Amino acid sequence: MAQSVGLSVLGGMVWTGYIEEAKSAPLILRPPGAKSEPDFLRMCIKCGQCAEACPYDTLRMAKPGDNKPMGTPFFIPRDVPCYMCTDIPCVPVCPTGALDEDSVSVVTEGEKVLDINRSKMGIAVVDEESCIAFWGIQCDACHRACPLMDEAIVLEFKRNERTGKHAFLIPKVMGDVCTGCGLCERACVTEKAAIFVLPHEVAQGKVGDRYIKGWDANDEKRLNDVSTDVTTQTKRSELAPQDYLNSEEVLFDN
Amino acid sequence: MITNIFKKYRFLLLRRVSQLGILALYFSANAYGFKVLTGTLSSSLLFSTVPLSDPFAVMQMFAAGAVLGADALIGALIVFIFYATVGGRAFCSWVCPINMVTDLANWLRRVLLLDKVERKVWLGRSVRYKVLILSLILSAITGVAAFEIVSPISMLHRGIVFGMGMGGAAVLSIFLFDLFAVKNGWCGHICPLGAFYSLSSKVSILRVKHNQPNCTLCMKCKDVCPEKQILSLIGKESGDVSSGECTNCGRCIEVCDDDALSFGIRNYINKNG
Repeated sequence: MAQSVGLSVLGGMVWTGYIEEAKSAPLILRPPGAKSEPDFLRMCIKCGQCAEACPYDTLRMAKPGDNKPMGTPFFIPRDVPCYMCTDIPCVPVCPTGALDEDSVSVVTEGEKVLDINRSKMGIAVVDEESCIAFWGIQCDACHRACPLMDEAIVLEFKRNERTGKHAFLIPKVMGDVCTGCGLCERACVTEKAAIFVLPHEVAQGKVGDRYIKGWDANDEKRLNDVSTDVTTQTKRSELAPQDYLNSEEVLFDN
Repeated sequence: MITNIFKKYRFLLLRRVSQLGILALYFSANAYGFKVLTGTLSSSLLFSTVPLSDPFAVMQMFAAGAVLGADALIGALIVFIFYATVGGRAFCSWVCPINMVTDLANWLRRVLLLDKVERKVWLGRSVRYKVLILSLILSAITGVAAFEIVSPISMLHRGIVFGMGMGGAAVLSIFLFDLFAVKNGWCGHICPLGAFYSLSSKVSILRVKHNQPNCTLCMKCKDVCPEKQILSLIGKESGDVSSGECTNCGRCIEVCDDDALSFGIRNYINKNG
């Protein structure tokens, strides 16, 4: 009895260790409508029906050796990007709801209509060092490949001081519009793509509650739920400011 | 002669047809768009209408805290009810692709006389139930279906449908384990999916029946049975092989030369019949 309990615990720990290692693939890109990564891993039954429905073979099922959570669907945009089918065949076939139809639908006149432009598979990021548009060479391959041209990728014009008579046509990704389809990454002309899709959790920072846009009335709303009982206790807080500000001893003590 | 061979291996042949046929249907759905059975054994769609899901996978996902869509739940219920009421543990010997691997290992054991070499039995038949419980506990701890992410069954099955990768290594491990370490080691001792079906289909009606007066105690059935312990009634009493661990593979029936074993429907109504 004790032996079998002990062996079960041992086996369980090894097994858990493997699972924790196996499920951490922060750079994985999921199909449209996928839930957040922890929920997705919980809900995906690994049946492959999304991959079968994909007409472009964009979606693959992670094999042993791919170093991705086994059996889950993902895509590599530089190989095959998501071509943004308007009928999104991969999402409604999901039996478990790991691919959430509602997150890629809009309700117009009481009717739910699929809208691939709402998908958030990732976000395109530009490496300014290797993007030749930043050198002053005219290239708007990513801009033209973008299915949301001038919305998700816009061209910014800047004067090229080096030549004095040319313009930079610089691609800029609008993070709130970009779907992460990866057509830009596929189209990029450099040897290794200078624009590439990263998962939101990897590519995006988070401001937190300490900073707000004071000029934006909407942004103030973020402060509504902020708890105010955050106080920092130091030796100085025992005194009133006018006391310690006039005392060199406390001021330079620490 | 030919008909004799066919008779001797009728269930084995039917099982291979079933196992390979199911694989072929899944494969051709993905490769050629022949949509009879789309998806994989984890979850699939039959004739583009009937959902089918692995009830054990769904159970692990519940343990992991997932709120699942209706298709997966209905599919799991259909599969669960089929095996629980009719099929018994038939998944293991009629559907599961790993069965062909472990059967090959088992056959080689007999041919190479590895069975005759005495060795300490170091793995109990009940280990699989512990693995079953463990996979549910670990699903709850890690938030992913714990067995599904390591399952060699899905690795082989998904490998055949979508491409193998390094999955062959896992399948080979099981083959070698069954060949050199423990007889029927994976299917009969460790696999939690087999354990799940053993427990959930205890009362199913399709059973192997023993007709004791015909039995000559040749014990060929026990030689060939992957779950020997279930044949304890052989030569002692007539009746059903009632254990849920029986996979309804029918090997015992075909090797029996004395007509002492047959498939039948479990008699719940008339206890004397």
